[in-house]
Order: sequence, then C-alpha cells, then structure tokens
Amino acid sequence: MIEPAIRAEGLVKTYPGEVHALDGLSFAVAPGTVFGLLGPNGAGKSTTVKVLTTLARADAGQASVAGRDVQGDPRGVREAIGVVSQTSGVDVFLTGRENLRLQGQLYGMRGRGLERRVDELLGQLRLTDAADRVVQTYSGGMQRRLDVGLGLVHRPQVLFLDEPTTGLDPEVRAEMWHEIARLREQEGLTILLTTHYLEEADRLASALAIVDRGRIVAGGSPEALKAELDGDAVRVELRDGGHNGDVHAALERVEGVGEVVVEGQAVHARVGDGARAVPAVLQALDQHAIGVASVTVARPSLDDVYLRYTGRSFSEADA
Amino acid sequence: MSTAIHDTWSMTVRELLKLWRQPWWIAVTLVQPVIWLLLFGALFEGITALPGFGGDDYTQYLTPGIVMMTAFFSAGWSGMPMIEDLQKGVMDRLLVTPVRRGPLIGGRLLQGALVIVIQSLIIVGLALAVGASFPGGVPGVLVLIVIAAMLGTGWAALSNGLALVTRQEETLIGVLTFLMLPLSFLSTTFLPEQLMPDWIASIAKFNPLNWAVVAGREALAADPDWGEVALQGALVLAFMAAAFLVATRAFRAYQRSV
Repeated sequence: MIEPAIRAEGLVKTYPGEVHALDGLSFAVAPGTVFGLLGPNGAGKSTTVKVLTTLARADAGQASVAGRDVQGDPRGVREAIGVVSQTSGVDVFLTGRENLRLQGQLYGMRGRGLERRVDELLGQLRLTDAADRVVQTYSGGMQRRLDVGLGLVHRPQVLFLDEPTTGLDPEVRAEMWHEIARLREQEGLTILLTTHYLEEADRLASALAIVDRGRIVAGGSPEALKAELDGDAVRVELRDGGHNGDVHAALERVEGVGEVVVEGQAVHARVGDGARAVPAVLQALDQHAIGVASVTVARPSLDDVYLRYTGRSFSEADA
Repeated sequence: MSTAIHDTWSMTVRELLKLWRQPWWIAVTLVQPVIWLLLFGALFEGITALPGFGGDDYTQYLTPGIVMMTAFFSAGWSGMPMIEDLQKGVMDRLLVTPVRRGPLIGGRLLQGALVIVIQSLIIVGLALAVGASFPGGVPGVLVLIVIAAMLGTGWAALSNGLALVTRQEETLIGVLTFLMLPLSFLSTTFLPEQLMPDWIASIAKFNPLNWAVVAGREALAADPDWGEVALQGALVLAFMAAAFLVATRAFRAYQRSV
C-alpha cells in the first residue's frame, strides 16, 4: 500500500457564530495524481485547504501531507507544499522576477541555484519577456501564471490549487487549464484542486470527491461516478408549457424510460439507451398531442452525480 | 537563528523595494519634515523672545522635536501596507511558507527604522545648513537617531497591531489622525515645559513622543545630563517593548482567526 500524499481523517472546523465549516471530512489522495474537491461555494473546500496547508487548525481530526502531520509538524508540511490560492497574493509593486526570488528565499533558496530556478520558471510560464516589469503592468492571465510560479519555486511535492480559475475571463481560464494540464505531466507532483466548476473537475482531475456541507458525499474517478448513474439523459424541449400531467401519462408506459422530471417546457427523462428511446418518446408525446420543439440525448454529467448525492442541483446549491 | 536573520532581511528588502517603486510616497516622506522644520521654525521664531525660553536659536530647539515628530508620523502609517497585504492574500501566501513568523512583522519594522534614520539625518543636516548648531556633536546626534528609531519602531508596531485587529484602512486612518497631532502638541516639541499650561505639562510626562523629544534634546545639549537621557531613553525602550508585545498578540489572534 502506497502512503497517500494527502490524508484527511474526520476533520472538524467550526468558526465562531457559524455552523460546521468542516463536519467530519475524510479523504486520501494518491501520490502523483490530480485530485479534485468539487462543491458549491461554502461547502468547505477552502477551509479544507486552509487546514491542510497549516493556515488554520482543525478543531478535531487528523491530517497529513507528504507524510508529515499537519498539526505536529507544520514547518515540515510548509516545506513540502506549494499553494496557489483564490486571491492572487503577488506583490504588484515588485517585478515578476523579484516576486519569484523573494518567494524562493523564504524557502531557504539562495544564490545561483535560486537564480537558475527563477529563470527556468519564467521560461516555463512564458513570462521571460515581462520578467523585469512590475506586476502592476501584467494582464490577468500573466499575473495568474506568476501565482502558479510562486507556488512552484521550491519544487514542492504537493501543490494546492484553491479555485484557480474562479472569476477569470474565459480565455484566461483556458490558459490556466492548459497550465494545470502541463503540471499534471510533471513527475511526482501531487495536485489538490478545488473548484466549483463541474467542467473543470471533469477535465483535469483523475479522482475527485464531492463536498457538501463540510463532508465528502461521494468519491471516485469522474467516469466511475458518472457510470453509477444508469443510462443516458434525454431532454425534450416542448413547444409550450402546462403539460405536466400529460407528459407523465404519455411517458410512463414507454419501454426503457425511468425517472421523468418536468420543469415548465423542459422534460428530463432517464433512459437505458438514449438513441433507442428517442423515437418511442417522440411517438408517445405525439399521440398525446404534445408539441415538441427539440430533443437532445446526453451522457450523464457530474451535475447529475451532484444532484443524486446531495438532492440539489448544482446551480441551485451555488446560489 | 541565521534563518531568522535571513527571513527578516528578505522581508525588509521586500518592503524597501515596494517603497522604492512609489516615488511620490518617498518624496512626501522626505519633503514633509523639511517643510515642518522650515515652516514651524519661521512661524514660532518669536518664542525665543519670551521670558523663560532660555536660548536664542529656535531651530536648534525645534530640531529634535521635528526628528521625533517625523519618526512618529512616518511610523504611524506603517499599518497601511499590512492591511493591504491582509486584504490581497499576501499575508496568507507568506504564512504557508516556512518563513519564521517574527520576520513577517519584524521586516516591516526594520524597513521603517531605516527610513527614520535617513529622514533624521536629512533634518539634522538641514538644520545645520540654516545655521543651527548642536553642541552635543556626533555622539548627541547618534543618540537622537537611535531614540527616534526606537520611538518609531514602537509606534509602527502599534500601527501594525491595530491593522491586524481592525483590518480596515478607514479605522486605522481615523485612529491615527485622531492621535497624531494632539500627541505632537502635548509634548515639548514646540515649547519648553516652563511655558506650557500645567495640565499640558502633566500630560506630556506620560507621552512617549515627549520622552523621546526630551532625551534627544538633552543629548544634543552642550553638557548633557546623561542620567536624564538614560531615564527618558529607557522609558522609550519600555514603550517599544510593550508595543512589540501588543503586535505579537494581535498577530497570534489573526492567525487563530483564519
């Protein structure tokens, strides 16, 4: 059994005047993988990162990172980790190079070794040309890449990316995804990624855990989680609303159709095989004189997984 | 120990670089004491004619006061960049590195002390240029600057402590503007004790700024009463130590609240 790169067991954290931010949260991350913690705002993702990066102390429970105990050896943990948090945290009056150099010094790096590492990172992050400009002049994407650089300067074993793309423009987000995908290839680096974008977790993480109200409610690879949901989703857009009862009556006898949910003009139906079910569904609706505007078949998404485990749709929980 | 020194120096360099990139701020910090010295020197020059002043060179009298007042003012604002660091997530970024916790405040204080030394030298140089003389000579000026740095460092520690507790620029600005001018006038910066109303003279005895002004002025005198310098200097040192304690506790409270 390989020692996990990150292990959290029964973490509890309560802030004054608040419900449990963490309520017995447990998970383990295998070394060299990208692990996604997925959940809506306020689910406890950032608190988890704060505890694992020694910024906050848990009220109960145990955690270790890179084999070091978070409470017992915080300094050891700090030496082994890099953190890229939601808010940037770079010094805008300093140049990119100065930011990286000072960050390296805080890890005890000095002299030529440090300068070489800084040059190497500037190159990898495509910041060489802007290296000696103050960060104030950087674009959002450049600044975010520098954030990643600050987390990597000392070659950490474990990298924490706390909502790395929240609030970014679509182009900058794509750029960050590209950057994270590149890091994934880096040997031996374990990445813990928190996000409230389903697409992001699906795309980047090889294993993920869904967090809701301070607990892990489901875990596994994105594919395994989706596979737990039988079949496909058929979504029918009706020409007009007000057919709720009729739709249920029409579809309940169609073979292969499971659960049906009607929301105004939208009908969601869970079916065994989407391609086969569509003609039968359309025929049944036609027989009941219900006009159809469009129909789509989709493989189950993480949104469906989230809905199933928390009883709420993701966008609703996030509101 | 050497790690702590390296860490402190790294943090000090960071603060100095930030200051260097804000030339307007440097200009203000350098020009302000110059204006004070020349303006107040000219404005209150007639005071020397008052019976009981005891001396005929007001600039000579005023200089140690302006040195301390400048240290006091420039140190007071030292909490502002701390608030910015807290709000922008810089502090949290630093706290997840292995950097020692002390230098995260110590670096700011050391940078502030270096600025105060430079400001003080400029003020003394300017006073000499406009004709003041300091019989205490080089040792006197050294004592003056050391005490200014101690006063400023203590006041800067309080400013940082307040920043860590309130985390709001508005509150810090409010408290500082409320305190700084009254504390300057409740001291012997502009007028000797004999010429003050009794109640002000009594309050001044408890004012750290006044301790520093009295010690600095005495050190610059022709025949300094070193006992008095040591006593007032020790009071300033005690103020600085108490301020460090406050700042440390505020920092611990911040770390627990994250």
